Amino acid sequence: MSIGWMRVANIVKVGLQSIARNKLRSALTMLGIVIGVACVIAMVAVASGASSSIQAQIDALGTNFLMVFPGTTTQSGARTFSGSSNLSVEDAAAIRAECPSVAYVSASSRSSAQVVAGELNWSTQIQGVDVDWPFIRSWNLSSGDFLTDVDVRSASKVAILGQTVADALFPDGRAVGATIRIRNVPFRVLGVLEKKGGSTMGQDQDDTIIAPYTTVMKRLEGRSRVGMILAAASSPDRVAEAQREIDGLLRQRHRIGPGQDADFMIRSQEEMASTAAASSKTLSVLLGSVAAISLLVGGIGIMNIMLVSVTERTREIGIRMAIGAKGRHVLAQFLLEAVVLSVVGGLIGILLGVASSQLIARYAGWPVALGAGPVLMAFGFAALIGIFFGFYPARRAAALDPIDALRFE
Amino acid sequence: MAASPAGGTGLVELSEIVKIYTLGEVEVRALDGVSLTIGAGEFVAIMGPSGSGKSTLMNIIGCLDRPTSGRYVVDGVDASGLDKNQRAEIRNAKIGFVFQNFNLLARTTALENVELPLLYSDRLTSARERHERALGMLARVGLAGREGHRPSQLSGGQQQRVAIARAMITDPAILLADEPTGNLDSRVSEEIMAILQDLNEQGRTVIIITHEPDIAQFAGRAVAFRDGLIVSDHPVSDRRLARRKESAA
Repeated sequence: MSIGWMRVANIVKVGLQSIARNKLRSALTMLGIVIGVACVIAMVAVASGASSSIQAQIDALGTNFLMVFPGTTTQSGARTFSGSSNLSVEDAAAIRAECPSVAYVSASSRSSAQVVAGELNWSTQIQGVDVDWPFIRSWNLSSGDFLTDVDVRSASKVAILGQTVADALFPDGRAVGATIRIRNVPFRVLGVLEKKGGSTMGQDQDDTIIAPYTTVMKRLEGRSRVGMILAAASSPDRVAEAQREIDGLLRQRHRIGPGQDADFMIRSQEEMASTAAASSKTLSVLLGSVAAISLLVGGIGIMNIMLVSVTERTREIGIRMAIGAKGRHVLAQFLLEAVVLSVVGGLIGILLGVASSQLIARYAGWPVALGAGPVLMAFGFAALIGIFFGFYPARRAAALDPIDALRFE
Repeated sequence: MAASPAGGTGLVELSEIVKIYTLGEVEVRALDGVSLTIGAGEFVAIMGPSGSGKSTLMNIIGCLDRPTSGRYVVDGVDASGLDKNQRAEIRNAKIGFVFQNFNLLARTTALENVELPLLYSDRLTSARERHERALGMLARVGLAGREGHRPSQLSGGQQQRVAIARAMITDPAILLADEPTGNLDSRVSEEIMAILQDLNEQGRTVIIITHEPDIAQFAGRAVAFRDGLIVSDHPVSDRRLARRKESAA
């Protein structure tokens, strides 16, 4: 062993001895750091879990997704949201024909109804859509077939069931080919959608029935206007362009000048995503700062105890100095104590934080995500706190005069 | 007993030492020009009432403090101008301290207490060497078998023996004892003095600070202080030999 290492080893030995000699005090000192680090890790896990699950739900909608809603109309000088939509089937057809950045378009019309199949019935919403709809929503079938052009053109009485509806009406699983009655109109079930889960807003997206929009408009609602138009840009980076193209086309078709308020609204997935991202970021910052404060309080706790410990051990310091300890020996001893306490506290805190985020995931059902980054950062921060808050008490100890220290009662 | 050699060959050479403390606006001359030479192998008792300057002298001899003026040479090294760290090195290598209240580290075994000065020594030692030397020292002061005891599990006399073992572990030139028997009854005091006499007979220079004339009788030379000055310095004429503890090996 080299001479330098033996010197370091001696100081480490002295520091560890004094930690071991005061087990209760050492444990209490560590507690602040343990709680602080555990807090940081659990909170970061919860916050990043929340934001990644929001992101996943948004991605599930399809990143190229655009929605055109009917907007306000100006009638006799008053701006109102008219009960009837001002979007037409022709608008949808024009978007399909004239907007190069739009890959898929579907007119959409919603209705809700009681659905009956044999003895069972279920109340749900019915979405009338076009054949492009599965591509727009990136939503596939788990069994059967989707609508065809013929179904849409002839307003066929056919339906696709969401997983929740299929489970409710056909517990035996034999939905495809069966007949259901919607407002007493018989519909043949063509297929069943794959499970999608809850939406960003917490609705069950699988509690739905898909039918041709023509069928919903004519046979169920008796309307001639579409509820909204769904579209998908040809690629994620053309979403903004597609939005501009649709805006220009519909203004032209609805005869709205460039400066005037449009009678429709276009919402992109990107806008919804950025809203959700902003709210989850707020959550992360909030949780993170609470955790950081608790870690800081833990650090101040270390300084507090170390200062008390220096006073309490003044005599010990005097003895050590009388028998030959130099200022730097005493400094190193107290600094080492602080760093060892915060590092060990940090390690325990990591275990506790990981364990508690697992518990949160299991019992609260919240999604948690924990990477190596936050763990290493919390640990490094704990070690830095040990050095930072340990330095002042250690320097005070090292600056003591041996004669005064020995006389201290 | 060797008389103090004149002409600067002593182990401890103090010449014209002045120490002034400033307490607020009042200057206290704790030592007022003290010259004293102690030769290697002497056993000196420094006596005097409290406030006579004997503790100040001990702090200077022990390199815990620096004189305001004057020259102090210990074992050939001029210690009057040394800084904190250099004085710590001198204390570690050349001086073994024994205190009135033992000053052992609490919650620390006798063995660890005795090993402690070696951890701060510039001369590095292996853990095994420290262990063996500390065991040997404890045996020499009659505490073989008590290595694992903590100070709270030892009597006052035993604690002082641990302190003596600790003072001797670095093989210092001087054993400096400040009222070593002040907290002990007369029987135990005599046992401690016996150990110090033994060490002195083996060639160790021993300096004790005491205000008890009885204790000074065990030394070979008595130096009396009053008001910061030496008032008498003579060999002890009727030196007593301390009774050894019967049970001590």
